[in-house]
Amino acid sequence: MSVVETWIAAFLTLCIFSFLYRDNPFYRFAEHLFVGVAAGYLLAVQYQDVIVPNVWMPLVAGPHTPRSIFLALIPAVLGVLMLARVWERMAGPARWAIAFYVGIYSGIAVPGYLQGQIFAQLSDAVKPFAPGWGAINSALVLLGLLTVLAYFFFSAPHRGIHGAGARIGTWFLMVAFGASFGYTVMARVSLLISRVQFLLRDWLHLIPTT
Amino acid sequence: MRSGPVILTFLVGTALIALFFIPHHKAQAINAELLVWATVIYAFALILGSISLWNTHARKIRLKTEGWPYSLVTLFALVVVTALGVWQGVGEGTVVSRIYNMVNSPLASTMFALLAFFIASAAFRAFRARNVEATLLLVTAVLMMIGRVSIGEFIWKGFPGFTEWLLDVPNLAAKRAIAIGVGLGAVSIGLKIILGIERGYLGRSR
Amino acid sequence: MSWMARILAIDRRVIFVLVGLGTAIPLLWPVNLPITVTPRVEAAYQTIEALPAGSTVLISMDYEPDTMAELQPMSIAVLRHCFRRNLKLIVITLYPAGPGLVEPALRLAAAAEGKERNKDYAFLGYKSGFQAVMIALGESIRQQFPVDFYKTPLDSIPILRGVNSYSKIDLVINLTASTAADYWIQFAASRYHKPLILGVTAVMATDYYPYLSSRQILGLVGGMKGAAEYEKRMDIFGDARRGMDAQSLVHVIIAGLVILGNAALLTTRKTA
Repeated sequence: MSVVETWIAAFLTLCIFSFLYRDNPFYRFAEHLFVGVAAGYLLAVQYQDVIVPNVWMPLVAGPHTPRSIFLALIPAVLGVLMLARVWERMAGPARWAIAFYVGIYSGIAVPGYLQGQIFAQLSDAVKPFAPGWGAINSALVLLGLLTVLAYFFFSAPHRGIHGAGARIGTWFLMVAFGASFGYTVMARVSLLISRVQFLLRDWLHLIPTT
Repeated sequence: MRSGPVILTFLVGTALIALFFIPHHKAQAINAELLVWATVIYAFALILGSISLWNTHARKIRLKTEGWPYSLVTLFALVVVTALGVWQGVGEGTVVSRIYNMVNSPLASTMFALLAFFIASAAFRAFRARNVEATLLLVTAVLMMIGRVSIGEFIWKGFPGFTEWLLDVPNLAAKRAIAIGVGLGAVSIGLKIILGIERGYLGRSR
Repeated sequence: MSWMARILAIDRRVIFVLVGLGTAIPLLWPVNLPITVTPRVEAAYQTIEALPAGSTVLISMDYEPDTMAELQPMSIAVLRHCFRRNLKLIVITLYPAGPGLVEPALRLAAAAEGKERNKDYAFLGYKSGFQAVMIALGESIRQQFPVDFYKTPLDSIPILRGVNSYSKIDLVINLTASTAADYWIQFAASRYHKPLILGVTAVMATDYYPYLSSRQILGLVGGMKGAAEYEKRMDIFGDARRGMDAQSLVHVIIAGLVILGNAALLTTRKTA
């Protein structure tokens, strides 16, 4: 980045950080600028990388074949139907585009989750324990899996053995969420370190660049 | 009016499931083409979202509601970046790319970086060991925070190994159960949508 | 008001200043605390290390500036490792803002290891639609990416001769901050049976341990700490390693605040 660009980036960074003191016009300006630039960028990328090669080129700019025109016309019509939602009375035709889109991703999800998640994880769960002291860990993993599944089974009341199992499952869940919380703190602190590094190194040159 | 789209969902969803099982290259080519159509629809849906964004901020400006000058900033940025991106492209070296690196990149990173401060404040005020479960969560979180960074090994050589055990055994067990539950839920809702049992995605009927 | 009750009532801006100082001071005056490479990062390293020279690796760098703090140092370290092993790299991104981060990372890593575009690596650019791209790569890379990011036809790129689908790819690496990881597991690993390594943000890392156990992924690099471990393994001193002192201190501050808050609550309860 050039010096001017670095100063602009630093100014905007400090505008966001000013929220830590209290809400103020600098923060609100930066926030609104972010929304506008992000939305504009996303639109421009979708136009250049999706609409131009898949709709504009086959239908208008060429090269054309009847097949390419037909294959481009269907998504173009569906896309225009999606846009028609802007007018309340066109919500009906827009449903065709939504139905197609939802059908596609539902059709991908069913075998994808079955193969990639459910079967693979169940298959790994139902295997002999590791030898030696590893058997304790394997037993704990199996116990944790069964008790957490027991906790998430809400069709029967959590009473008796089911209730005891669900309670143990809660403990496993708390350990997992504690681990997730610790890592979430790590992630947010990493982002903060990066911004402070930018301010101290790239803007104020208080830290060497190498 | 709704039965047509429901039938379309059924046909498309069933086709995608069937194409998963057919390895023939022509079937996979059809599969890929259908997915390209979905990305085109998504692009138009984003245009719809931008129109909605425009309408929201334009109304604020028209009615001079509180904070309306900031809406001018949003709309100005939206128009300028979109126009430049459509005209010149968004690749490396373009004006839009430089605007993105100068404006969006620092703003997005800093918004997330703010969370570090709020996490610290919230942890101090609200993270309380009120019962067995909360204590387990709190103790694990503190052990992870200390044990997974350099200072943890300084305090106790066995810290990294112990936190690795926490991740490899209790965390794995719970996350596996969650993954199986999420998978079952996704398959169930996918089938309900394809079979027309779940129609909420079509919006309210008149 | 007792002093513990005063501590509980402290203005949150004092905590903000503590966190800010805890970040800035170690960056200004680093002590370079030692870093241990954990087993999952070592597994990722060894998976790449085991590939013969000349193997083809598909790397999908799916992240944007808001998570670059964790993933950019990781990407550079992994790219440099692949270059050192003389592997052929095909790099793509499934995020629209991805090219702005991928391109500088590639340039930096290639310059550091003396590698050339088109001869040692190819950057194909951005393509929209996660699952669409992953499924289509099983059929034809050229159909999805007829030209690379620099508009060069794929057929005239030397390292892509004879490579047009997963069947010619020896390893898939996904560096991501999103659900793209789940889809790479579902498609590349489970459906097309390709070895897969993940590099993810710390927020996501704990969720992928079940996939390590089931061998759907062969290695996992999580967050800036994972990136620092990979840099240590590569004997590189990058931004991730530079940030580890600050990471340690801020973690100690936050853990200390949690313990102090609970101690204060216990004490005020006892005196009440």
